[in-house]
Amino acid sequence: MEELKLMKGNEALAEAAIRAGADAYFGYPITPQSEVIEYLMVQRPEKRTGMVVLQAESEVAAINMVYGAAGAGKKVMTSSSSPGISLKLEGISYIAGAELPCLIVNVMRGGPGLGTIQPSQADYFQAVKGGGHGDYRLIVLAPSTVQEMADFVDRGFELAFKYRTPVMILADGAIGQMMEKVYLPDPKPRLTDEEVIEKHGSWATTGRSGRKQNIITSLNLKSEVQEHHNQDLQAKYKEIEAHETDHEEIQCEDAEYLMVAFGTSARICQKVIQLGREKGLKLGLIRPITLWPYPTKAIEKYAGKVKGFMSVEMNAGQMVEDVRLAVNGKSPVVHFGRMGGMIATPGEVLNAVENHLKTL
Amino acid sequence: MTEEIIIAGFGGQGVLSMGKILAYSGIMQGQEVSWMPSYGPEMRGGTANVAVILSDDRINSPILHEFDTAIILNQQSMDKFESTVKPGGLLLYDPNGIIHPPTRKDINIAIIEGAKEASEMNNRKVFNMIVMGAYLKLHPIVKMENIHKGLEKSLPSRHHNMIPMNEDAIQVGMNKVKWQLNLN
Repeated sequence: MEELKLMKGNEALAEAAIRAGADAYFGYPITPQSEVIEYLMVQRPEKRTGMVVLQAESEVAAINMVYGAAGAGKKVMTSSSSPGISLKLEGISYIAGAELPCLIVNVMRGGPGLGTIQPSQADYFQAVKGGGHGDYRLIVLAPSTVQEMADFVDRGFELAFKYRTPVMILADGAIGQMMEKVYLPDPKPRLTDEEVIEKHGSWATTGRSGRKQNIITSLNLKSEVQEHHNQDLQAKYKEIEAHETDHEEIQCEDAEYLMVAFGTSARICQKVIQLGREKGLKLGLIRPITLWPYPTKAIEKYAGKVKGFMSVEMNAGQMVEDVRLAVNGKSPVVHFGRMGGMIATPGEVLNAVENHLKTL
Repeated sequence: MTEEIIIAGFGGQGVLSMGKILAYSGIMQGQEVSWMPSYGPEMRGGTANVAVILSDDRINSPILHEFDTAIILNQQSMDKFESTVKPGGLLLYDPNGIIHPPTRKDINIAIIEGAKEASEMNNRKVFNMIVMGAYLKLHPIVKMENIHKGLEKSLPSRHHNMIPMNEDAIQVGMNKVKWQLNLN
């Protein structure tokens, strides 16, 4: 039976990890996501399910522990906030190159540099356009409620194992810190090595007996081999784009003007729709749930049909580039955002929408 | 019904826990709730605030620029939040430490001497429950039985022996709240 609780986003995510049957969490504390490791430590998951929770000596150590555990076929995750994710990027690129499943959580704060501890969405480029080196992609899920912070853990692990690829949950400090009602999922048991092989095939370094050698590596010194590996990766990414793109449309049917926003910004935009409609402005919202693969087709559908688009983000304008690619010049597209940990209020966004509408 | 509340004061006054008890009580009443705290440098510097929303409908934005009710417990918060109360809304404050009392004429303004009442009860810890009682007297958005359940849910069970004391404090707040300006 599902259980109803009032929880912070960070706590809901941590509890969902135990319930998803995760084998291990490796992390290093940083505001605004330290509640993830705090909650896990208090819960003693090694007693509840046998899950390992370990505070590593650094973010770099944590991501390499994830690399090792993922190579052994374990359901493993890490979490951090912006500067900590930057430290993990080398490991993330290796994990993508070695085609291993894992879950990485970024509860974003304002940057660049150490920046601030307040909420931000300025790591969009880092999450969806690469971040680490080489031609790789992360599946990026963008929760906008505490419920989704819980739900996306299991969904993330399932996608990671289905495609043997790292998955990122890209949240922000506001969702991490706020409390909402959450229905916790039923616990799933942790899988044994045999069950992992049965469910996902034999690729992990589980100990060789009567099978060919499984090698986990991201190194291929022969360019021909490496190019072939890249072609395989790209084919996999095409599969993911074809099957896993997800978004939500809110009051788009009769909308004359569309906002595009994810995470906390999408919540704010829903209030903007309400305030705008009270004034007779027919506003709607497209909320990408997967930031990669991006819901390009969903946006394309409205291009040229509405008066304009506004990409509302807590950054200087990053996702707006993907909105422009989707709209492809058929409607005007602008960006509105606050930076460095500031959150735009619904009133500010509505004002910006009204100003844009005046020019159209 | 949707009630959008900002509670603001010093860290240690129980601002965040008052919000949490309200939120839990709302859940017990079958409502949608959100609890959005300040967690930033201002929290480390002394002030704390939390935006709480209780609603019969799905809550869109947890981040707001105007509120139905502001519960204000220090001067810094008065300076910041007096202007954010919607016209016709409610501003409830404790005059203890307030140098510039609210001056708006288009909102309801009520006073609860929470710090004074708490010291008369010889229990500074129930300050926030006195203030919450004052608020619930003016805006009875949740039933007392659900407040009781909210206290049970938000306090760890080892502290459940303190629930009657908290309920007494809520009663004191209900009895002692008075109007500075009542538009109705």
